[in-house]
Amino acid sequence: MTARTPTKTPSAYPLALLHGLQWAICLALLLGVLTVALNTGLLALAAYLIAAAALQPLLTALSVPLALVRFTGVSRAFVRYAERLVSHDLTFRLLARLRTTLYSRLTPLIPARLLAFHSGDLLARLVDDVEELENFYGRVLTPLAIAALSTMLTGLALWSFSPLLGLVVVGCLTLGGLLLPALALWQGNTIGRQQVAARAALQTTLVDSLQGMPDLLALGRAADQSARVAALDQHLGGLQRRMAWITGLQNALSDGLAYGATTLILVLAIPQASNQQFGAVYLAMIALIVLGASEAVTPLGRAFAALGRSRTASDRIFALINAEPATTDPPVPQPLVAAPLPLRFEQVSFHYAAAEGSALHDITFTIAPGEHVALVGPSGAGKSTVVQLLLRFWDPCTGTIHLGDHHLRDYAQDDLRRTLAVAQQDGHLFAGTLRTNLLLARPTATDAELDTALTQVGLAALVRQWPQGLDTWLGEHGVRLSGGERQRVILARALIRNARLLILDEPTAHLDRATEAAVFATIHQTQVDRSLLVITHRLVQMTAFDTILVLADGAIVERGTHATLLAQCGLYAQLYEAQAVDTLAE
Amino acid sequence: MTKAATNAGKAPLRSPSLNTRLLRAARPGRLLLGLAIVLGIASGAATIVQWAAFAQLVAGAFLHGRTLSELQGPLLRLVAAISVRVILGWGRTVSAQAAATRIVIALRGQLLNHLLCLGPGWLRGVQTGAVVATATGGLDRLEPYYARFLPQVVIAQLVPLLLVAAIWPRDWLSAALLLFTAPILPLLMVLVGDYTKERVDTHWLALTRLKAAFLDSIQGLTTTRTLGADALGQARVARQSETFRVRTMQTLRYAFLSGLVLELLTSLAIALLAVTLGMRLLSGTIGFETAFFVLLLAPEFYRPLRDLGTDHHAGMEGRAAAASIFALLDQPAPPLPAQPATLPPIASSAGLTLTLADLRYTYPESEQPALHGINLTFAPGERVAIVGPSGAGKSTLINLLLGFLSPDSGTIIANGVASTACTPAAWRSQIALVPQRPYLFATSALENLRLARPSATFAEIQAAAAMAAAADFIAALPAGYDTLIGERGARLSQGQAQRLAIARALLQAAPLLIIDEPTAHLDAASEAAVRLALEQLPPTCTVLMVTHHLATARLAERIIVLDGGKVVEDGSHQTLCACGGTYARLLHATASAALVVAP
Repeated sequence: MTARTPTKTPSAYPLALLHGLQWAICLALLLGVLTVALNTGLLALAAYLIAAAALQPLLTALSVPLALVRFTGVSRAFVRYAERLVSHDLTFRLLARLRTTLYSRLTPLIPARLLAFHSGDLLARLVDDVEELENFYGRVLTPLAIAALSTMLTGLALWSFSPLLGLVVVGCLTLGGLLLPALALWQGNTIGRQQVAARAALQTTLVDSLQGMPDLLALGRAADQSARVAALDQHLGGLQRRMAWITGLQNALSDGLAYGATTLILVLAIPQASNQQFGAVYLAMIALIVLGASEAVTPLGRAFAALGRSRTASDRIFALINAEPATTDPPVPQPLVAAPLPLRFEQVSFHYAAAEGSALHDITFTIAPGEHVALVGPSGAGKSTVVQLLLRFWDPCTGTIHLGDHHLRDYAQDDLRRTLAVAQQDGHLFAGTLRTNLLLARPTATDAELDTALTQVGLAALVRQWPQGLDTWLGEHGVRLSGGERQRVILARALIRNARLLILDEPTAHLDRATEAAVFATIHQTQVDRSLLVITHRLVQMTAFDTILVLADGAIVERGTHATLLAQCGLYAQLYEAQAVDTLAE
Repeated sequence: MTKAATNAGKAPLRSPSLNTRLLRAARPGRLLLGLAIVLGIASGAATIVQWAAFAQLVAGAFLHGRTLSELQGPLLRLVAAISVRVILGWGRTVSAQAAATRIVIALRGQLLNHLLCLGPGWLRGVQTGAVVATATGGLDRLEPYYARFLPQVVIAQLVPLLLVAAIWPRDWLSAALLLFTAPILPLLMVLVGDYTKERVDTHWLALTRLKAAFLDSIQGLTTTRTLGADALGQARVARQSETFRVRTMQTLRYAFLSGLVLELLTSLAIALLAVTLGMRLLSGTIGFETAFFVLLLAPEFYRPLRDLGTDHHAGMEGRAAAASIFALLDQPAPPLPAQPATLPPIASSAGLTLTLADLRYTYPESEQPALHGINLTFAPGERVAIVGPSGAGKSTLINLLLGFLSPDSGTIIANGVASTACTPAAWRSQIALVPQRPYLFATSALENLRLARPSATFAEIQAAAAMAAAADFIAALPAGYDTLIGERGARLSQGQAQRLAIARALLQAAPLLIIDEPTAHLDAASEAAVRLALEQLPPTCTVLMVTHHLATARLAERIIVLDGGKVVEDGSHQTLCACGGTYARLLHATASAALVVAP
């Protein structure tokens, strides 16, 4: 990832996303104000028409109001339609921007900073929180601007009759548009936050229930889990009911305030009209202008009530975005030359968190170009941590890792990972076809190359049997494949990379021994020119390795070739004998 | 696509209709919904009083030159009517929301229970993300449907009639005009609605897919990074978001059409009414107060319909979401026995006799049978290893034993009771499982273990952990047993997760223990620990170990070799070695693999 943009405060950030959309915003506002004006105009003009007609003038005197009433009657709906489309398009553009930004900011945080987050929760953040922000743009920001403009225009219109009426109407609309929603906001804020948290907890539990279903059922805990979901749902429902008390009251009050303002204006206008300050024929029109204009401020209530939720969502999104990655790129990355380079760990120590014990302790080893190295040892010895450091998901706490003449952290992370091919023991297969999953490793790979890799892992024959071959849909987490098939697809994906250093993390754990041996033999033959690091606890074809490192409790306890290690009669010899005796019949 | 996945995308059979089912689902909140509707109609009556007073007030001041003190009567009535409307409106929102909450909670519970009945065998064929989206966002979309749309549908039909009844005695001509336009509106709405419905449904489908795609992208982020495909992943999300926007805008263009039609007709009708009222006033055939009253009520006449238009979107989204919820509920769950037999409680001395008779299973998406004709009997306390190459049918056999899949034919009988004769929960209570990829829940290590037996004491939990060689690494965790283990045990190695799962299964103390590939991620030391655990199990506990590793198989007294969905060999290690079949060949292959370079 490139240099990070300066950190913005959570509340300022949503506004920064508006950059570059000014014209669309202006258009949306213009159409919004026009809609309010036409809404108000239709009823007010109709009221004037009736009042004027009641005085029974000549028909020609009514021609202008008649024409205006017809015009507003026709145009109102079309302007409103255009307004809705423009403002929604604006909102969705912003949402798309937000999703993309969020994902790309998330990428450098993986996996070091995300261990604390549950992926069901992350999903809630990405999809629901982003949608929650729709309230902020579509139902708070835009309506607020439209309401402010409409209030000013209404104030001016009534001022022309009497300054007092102008001032009172602006006062009433401000009260209804700002004070009332602010009150609701103050009341709903806490509940809104609790609602978002409750929803996330419910979602996390539901993801657990579905993904962990085999375990739950086998443990006989399905009913308990249902009860947990129901309890969380009841909690959320209670919050929603409390929210409805507030929003319901606030909506009803803002309706009441609109009618109240209309009544108040009428009460003020009647004495003025009888004092001949303006014609009494305008009384009905003035009252209905107020009624129409209040329709611009009533929707604010709902928006403000939801603002608490939007803010919680926004805070969570930006807390995620603004987290510091565990590893960053240097300002001026070293170019990675094409020539084969040696990899060197020097006195590397590492722990995941200060509170936890050290995962690796004083590790030193070298992988020369073309060297095949095995890293063996009991589970939990720190074998996978070595790979995490190699990939620069973390940096060592002390000690250095060199690739060629330079520090690992002197290279750009993308350049570095491009030189590595890793088959992880729990790699992810994406919901997609076999081909898309393989091409992820190298988008330019040809079908022939894919076929070669599949042949190397012994899957080519099986894939040829599938009616759709490479285009077969694998399903979520590759569930349509057996454990062994999954693992071999992940292995094939690493082989397709054509990288300088191939790293295999327990590549054959799910395979039967015959397949395991065949796969190992092929890998050693085909990767003869490349560096190879295999992490394994199954000691298969160990003579094919140039160096074997034995890791126990985060430290290298033995190193050498298969023959020298056996001769040492140490931990390696014990592991090997246990396995050999177990597998040797009689 | 499996059968299940294809069915999940389709609407259920037409009977009963979606509307009927939505109403039926509303049962838990029907009283509160009724209250909301009554309050809405009462508010309509208050509206009539309000505008009559208003018209009287304006007419008195405008035409008769009355002062405010002379107009106190209508003014007071006006203020009273407004206050009543505020209270009624509030009550309506609160009761409707309470109703909606009840309904949604009941439905979510029903949905989750049904999914649990369908089980992992069904879930295997669909995207979990899509199902989660339906269970969360989908149900949330039903809330506005019940809280706003459904009461409004009733109110929108009754309140306009109430208003027309109020206008009729004063000016039957205008009342007739309103009444005439009234049926046109819903008719047009239905026409436009039908036109847009399909597109809104598509939008919902797109949203569901987007959500599934997001979950997939996020879970694959580490892999994406490892492959150096950051840019590809980002492009993927950007593309999905943009597609979503374009799709939504296409939908909205149609969804808003009904709003356009509604508003256009409303404003045209009001304009027409105003013009005719004006003309009649000119000719003196109607009084101002009446005319103004009619004009004021005209928008109120259309307002419930307009509100319905606003909630129309909520209604359509709710219906679309309901379709996918009902589609899930319609997935046929394995039939429950009419009178479930209880497995006779198994005394620890007796154990479990398990008989599999002619079991057959073929995956819906496959032509090759995964299992054809399995006949096996397991005696109490037998330690059995099931071996065979990948794809031999080992996992299928386990899924059948656990009732996650239902056999196409054949029966599974435990102590004389067929699996189909008792409830799945009763059946599974006899089985403890160590799955191939154990799922660790996002709680503490202790809670994960306690899942197996909530009543277990800490000492029992510690003992189980010790038996599974998990005690040492749990003790080494930062907070010991109280350490939170992240999703899928992010802080634990696979070997450790597996040992935790073994401890969990041991804690269950079921008469049958199934271990799926126990040593796939375990090292030699842990293998020895598993052996120890097996030795310490009560002698009557039957153990089935599914494995690729012959070293593990040798821990068992009986070895069953599966190949191509059939039992090809069955016997002790010695017998199978002697007969020189598949097992002997497998053994030879592994032995030579391990010893090809032995000194």
